[in-house]
Amino acid sequence: MKLKGWRDLEPGCVIKEAGNSVAIKTGSWRAYRPRWIQENCIHCLFCWLYCPDMSIHVKDGKRSEFDYEFCKGCGICALECPGKKGNKAIVMEEEGK
Amino acid sequence: MGKVIAATGNEAVAEALRQINPDVCAAYPITPQTDMMQRFSFFTNNGMVKTEMILVESEHSAMSACVGASAAGGRVVTATSSQGLLLMLEIVFIASGFRLPIVMPVVNRAVSAPINIHGDHSDAMAARDAGWIQLWSENAQEAYDNTIQAFRIAEHLDIRLPAMVCLDGFIISHSIERIEYLDDKVVSDFVGEFQAINPLLDIEHPKSYGPLILTDYYMEYRRAHNDVMSRVSKVVLDVAKDFEKISGRKYDLFETYRLEDADIALVVLNSAAGTSKDVIDSFRNKGIKAGLIKPRLMRPFPYAEVAEALKHLKAICVLDRADAFGASLGPLCTDIMASLYQYQQKPVIINKIYGLGGRDYLPSQAEYSLNELVEILNTGKVKTLKEYIGVRE
Repeated sequence: MKLKGWRDLEPGCVIKEAGNSVAIKTGSWRAYRPRWIQENCIHCLFCWLYCPDMSIHVKDGKRSEFDYEFCKGCGICALECPGKKGNKAIVMEEEGK
Repeated sequence: MGKVIAATGNEAVAEALRQINPDVCAAYPITPQTDMMQRFSFFTNNGMVKTEMILVESEHSAMSACVGASAAGGRVVTATSSQGLLLMLEIVFIASGFRLPIVMPVVNRAVSAPINIHGDHSDAMAARDAGWIQLWSENAQEAYDNTIQAFRIAEHLDIRLPAMVCLDGFIISHSIERIEYLDDKVVSDFVGEFQAINPLLDIEHPKSYGPLILTDYYMEYRRAHNDVMSRVSKVVLDVAKDFEKISGRKYDLFETYRLEDADIALVVLNSAAGTSKDVIDSFRNKGIKAGLIKPRLMRPFPYAEVAEALKHLKAICVLDRADAFGASLGPLCTDIMASLYQYQQKPVIINKIYGLGGRDYLPSQAEYSLNELVEILNTGKVKTLKEYIGVRE
C-alpha cells in the first residue's frame, strides 16, 4: 500500500470510514500462534467470546479455524479454553518454529 | 452602540463569553481564574446563555470534557491558570493534535514551587509549544477583544486550532478598568454560527478520533501541524481587520509604540507594556529615541514580522515575566533573538527577568533597562546578557 504524504491526511487524525480496521491486517504482530486441536474442542465458543480481534470463525454454531490475518497471538483464547478432560483445545506455539 | 463600563479583566472575559454563548463549558476553579468562571456560571445558572456547564473534578477532566464536547461538534470554552494549566497539559496537546477549536482564557499566574497565586507568565510559557494559538492581552479591553477574536481565529476553516487568550493574573483579572463592550448582537454576528467538522454526533457518518499513529504516519501529522501553524498569522490579521470594523479598535500580530525611528526598545508582554510606554514617553521627552514592541500573537510566533519591525534598532531589552531554566534566557528573549539571528546587522539584545510571582513592575525598572540600553549605545559594551531586576541580592 502506498503511504500518503502529509498534505493528504485528514486533519486531526480523524478516521472517517467506519470499520476500516478490516483493512489493517494485524496478523504480522504475532509472536505466538494459537493452534486449534479439534478433538479436544467442545464448541463452548468461549474463545469466540473472549477474542478481542474477532479472529475465531464460527460456522453453523460450531467453532472453525482461526483467522490468522488478524490474530495478534494474545493467547486469551488458549487461557480461557476449558478443553476436554483436562486437555486444551487451543495451545500457543512460538511463531517460526 | 456598545456601552462603556468599569469592569475587571475576569468580568470582561466572562461578558465576552456570555455574548458568544458557547455550547459547552467545562471548568475547574483555580485562582485567579475562579472569578471568571464563577461569573460565567452565573450566566448559565440564570438561563442567560444556552451553554452546558460541566463541573468537573480537575483541570485534566475539564480539558478532557472539552475535547469530547468539541469532537462531538460543539463550540467549547474553558479557562484556567497556573497549576490548572499544567495539570491539563497532557490533554492540551491532544486538543491541538485533534485540531479542535477550543478557546481557553489563561489568567497568567506563577507556578509552584514555591506556591504563589500572583501574576507571572510561567504557566502559559510552559504550554507555549503545545500546538495552540496564543494571544496575549495588555489590559481588560484587550482580553475582551482577544476572546471574541479567538473564536473566529480558532474556528477559521483554514486552520481549526485551539487558542489561549492570556491576561495577567490579578493585575488585569481583578483590577477595574474602563471597558467598551460591544452589543450582544454585534458579537454574536461577528463570531457567527459554529461550523462543526467531523462531529461525532453525526451518527449517520460514524468516525473515530484518537487512533494510534506509529512510525508510518506520526511524522506526517506533525509536518501537517507545522503547516497549519504557518497559516495562523494571516487569519489573525484578517480577523483583526473585521474586528476593527465593528469596534474601531485596531489589532495586529504585535503592537509597536514609538518604534519606527527608535534606536533602543523594550520588548514586553501583557500588562507591563502600559507602564513601559509611560517611561518611554519620558525618555522621548529627554530626546532619547526609545520605543516598544508588545507581542500579541505569541504562538505561532511571527518571527519574520517581528524581525522586520526590530532590525533597524541598535539595542533591545527583552523583559521576561518568566524564566526558562536551562535555556539561559527568558522564553520571550530566545524568540526575539531567534527572529533576528538571520540578519547580518542586528541590534544588541539583553534580557531582564522581572515581576516573578506578581512582584510589582515599577517605572524605575523600565528606566533602569532603558538606561542600560543607552549605555550600550555609548560604550558599545554589554554589561550583563541576562539579569534579574527588582530582586534582593
